Amino acid sequence: MLIEVDGVSHTYGDGPLARTVLRDVSVRMTEHRIGVIGANGSGKSTFARLLNGLVLPTAGTVRVDGHDTRTDGRAVRRRVGFCFTDPDAQIVMPTVREDVAFGLRRRGLAKHEVAARVGAALAAYDLAGHADHPAHLLSGGQKQLLALASVLVTEPALLVMDEPTTLLDLRNARRVARVVADLPMPVVLLTHHLDLLADFDRVLVFEAGRIVHDGPPAEAVATYRDLMTRDQP
Amino acid sequence: MGLFHPGTSLVHRVPAGVKLAALCAAGIGSVFAATPVGVSAYLAAAVLVLVVARVPGRALVRQLRPVLVFVVVLAVFHALVSGPGRAYVVVGMLLALVLLATALTMTTPTSALVDVVVRVAGPLRRVGVDPERLGLLLALGLRAIPVVLGLAGEVRDAQRARGLGASPRAFAVPLIVRSLRHADRVGEALAARGIDD
Repeated sequence: MLIEVDGVSHTYGDGPLARTVLRDVSVRMTEHRIGVIGANGSGKSTFARLLNGLVLPTAGTVRVDGHDTRTDGRAVRRRVGFCFTDPDAQIVMPTVREDVAFGLRRRGLAKHEVAARVGAALAAYDLAGHADHPAHLLSGGQKQLLALASVLVTEPALLVMDEPTTLLDLRNARRVARVVADLPMPVVLLTHHLDLLADFDRVLVFEAGRIVHDGPPAEAVATYRDLMTRDQP
Repeated sequence: MGLFHPGTSLVHRVPAGVKLAALCAAGIGSVFAATPVGVSAYLAAAVLVLVVARVPGRALVRQLRPVLVFVVVLAVFHALVSGPGRAYVVVGMLLALVLLATALTMTTPTSALVDVVVRVAGPLRRVGVDPERLGLLLALGLRAIPVVLGLAGEVRDAQRARGLGASPRAFAVPLIVRSLRHADRVGEALAARGIDD
C-alpha cells in the first residue's frame, strides 16, 4: 500500500475567516504501522481525513494505491477504512449486529454472506454476546470495538484511526491497541497515547500544519515532548 | 418508539411489512374510531399485542417514560379544557398508537424495517428518490433517539452542576448545538463509509 501526499495545503473557509491547517505537506508512506502525533490544532486530523478523501486538499494531491482522492474518491473510500474518536457518531444502526452489517448491506452482498461475515466480526471483537443489544447500552470500550468491527468487516486495505483511544480508560485503550496491533492491514494511527506507538515503524510529528519530524517512534516522541515543553509559558 | 428486543413470539415472527402495514392501517383507522368505545378497543388491542409479544415490562416502561410525561400533560390539559371524556379519547388513542408503534419497533429488527421502506419506496426511484436513503433516514432516526436522550441527560447534569436550575433556555440551546454537532459527525462518518458514493 503506497500513500502519496504531494505538496498538500488545506484551508478551511475563506476571506477573513480563512484558517490554513496544512501547509505544503509532502510525504510517501509504505510502512505497516504509521503513527501521527501533534498538538490539538496542529493539522493531524485534517491530514488523516485527506487519506480517506473526506477532505480534499485546497492545493496538491493525495493518492492511495495510485487512486487520486479528488478524482477517484469512491475507489479510495473502498480501500481506506476510517475510525473516529467518538464511536457514538460512527455507530449508525440501533443494534450491534445491524451496525456491523450496515457497511456490507450497502455493498450488495448476498444475505448469507453478510450474516457469515458479521458473525465472524462479532466473534473476533468479543461482541457476539451483545449482537442483538442496543448499541447505546454498550460500554465506551465496547462501542469503540463495535465502530472498529463495523469498519473492518468491509476488509479495507488501509485503516486510518483518528484518536480512537482518547475517550477510553487505560484498560479499554489497551484493549483497542491490542486489536490494532493484530490487524493484518497497514494502519495510520493518530493518538495522544504515546506509548501505543512504541512498536510502530514510523511516526510523523505535526506542528502548525507542517510535518516537523519524521522517523522512528522514540525520536519522534522525544521531539514531540520537546515541542510541548517549549510551548509552556 | 422502542428499540428491538429479540424474541420468538408470534408478533416477532410476523413479517415486518405486515406489521408496518397494520400500524399504518391502525393510524388511519384511529380517525374513524375516536369514541370512548373505539379508544378502549384500540388500547385493549395494543396491550394484547404487547402481551403476545412478551415484551418485558421494565423495558417497555423505559422506552415509554419520555412519552408518558407528554401524555400526562396532554391529559390534564384536555381534562381541564374539554372535559374528562374528551381527554380519554384524545390521550387514550395517542397512547394506543404509541404502544402499537413501540410493539412494532421492539419486535422488528431495524434492518427489516429499512428493507420494507426501501422495497415500498422502490418505484420512487423513477422520480429521482433514492429508496436506500429513505431507509437510512429511518435507521438514523431510530438510532438518534437514545443519543439525543443521552445528550439531554448530560446537558441537564451540566446545568445542575452550575446551579442554573430549570432554565429552559440553558437547557435547549446547548442541547440543540450538541445535537447539530453530533449530526455533523454522523454525516462525516457516513461519508467515510462511502454512503455518498
